[in-house]
Amino acid sequence: MNVTVKLFASFRTGRFEIESVDFPAGTTVADVADRLKLPRTELGIMLINSRHVKLDRILAEGDTLALFPLLGGG
Amino acid sequence: MDTLPIFVRDHAEGQLLPWNRQVEGAEQFGVTLAHVEEVALDRGILPSRYQRNRKALSVTDQLTLFRSSVAVIGCGGLGGYVVEELARLGVGRIVVIDPDVFEEHNLNRQLFSSPDNLGQAKVKAAVTRINAINPAVTLVPFQAAFSPENGAGLLGGCRVAVDALDSIQVRLELAQVCNELKIPLVHGAIAGWFGHVTTQFPGDDTLQNIYHSWKGGKGVEEILGNPSFTPALVASLEVAEVCKLLTGQGTPLRGRQLMIDLFSMEINIIDVCEGTRES
Repeated sequence: MNVTVKLFASFRTGRFEIESVDFPAGTTVADVADRLKLPRTELGIMLINSRHVKLDRILAEGDTLALFPLLGGG
Repeated sequence: MDTLPIFVRDHAEGQLLPWNRQVEGAEQFGVTLAHVEEVALDRGILPSRYQRNRKALSVTDQLTLFRSSVAVIGCGGLGGYVVEELARLGVGRIVVIDPDVFEEHNLNRQLFSSPDNLGQAKVKAAVTRINAINPAVTLVPFQAAFSPENGAGLLGGCRVAVDALDSIQVRLELAQVCNELKIPLVHGAIAGWFGHVTTQFPGDDTLQNIYHSWKGGKGVEEILGNPSFTPALVASLEVAEVCKLLTGQGTPLRGRQLMIDLFSMEINIIDVCEGTRES
């Protein structure tokens, strides 16, 4: 199953901006985050095909997943 | 005997009231600088200090700003710039809430901090600064931590609240208090080269949507820190939102989250409920 992963802000450091990745069927957003070594506590906005999703959402062929870090500073 | 309105009219130069005349009027009639400002604006006379606002804001808008009260919650990186810009804009009453004192690690970005005032309450330094740059506006300091218990009291009478906090939990509490009080909340957050801004209107669940994945603790600012330029930018965007909300013009970021990446120099807008609108 092919999925496009887009990373934003600090998630790009040492990783990538956009990449097409093959995942096994049943892969969740949490699985992708783990594979990219993105700590769960750092995850902020998560979108699939421009819609907000949660960590347990299962990806489908052709999806675009966008991940933004959690910002809370002032 | 002359009255203050006649004094203001007679000393206006091309519908502008010079600062020295504003001071003279306050002394002569035994009133505050704020009172002279309101009398002038009410008669279509603009204090000269605002003359470069004129193409963006009418004298009526300026009077609206002067008669408005805005709460700024947090007086650190974001809050310092927000308070400064609101005061220079001419917002008549600014409530600033922060329990902290300045520490050395604030000096890289917090506008009101200096080596001389380390250890001083941030809200006290804000009073000193605003009295120096625009004594016609009133700064109301509260050296206190915002909470659901004291929130309604602290924000009472304010038309808009500005989120300049550094705690996600307190941000969510503030968002709820604002909804209970039915006032809009301009929200900004930063970390490193990155930031975001949005405006929650009464009845919207904007902050709950933004932070739905939050389980506790801080965001990536704990790892990335905060350089000088990110709070200055995000604070300016927040003040632009406040100005539009108070004067009823322009298009605020309702339901839209502006995502700022100063490292890649990219700006994205996310629909707070639906997802990406533009990218």
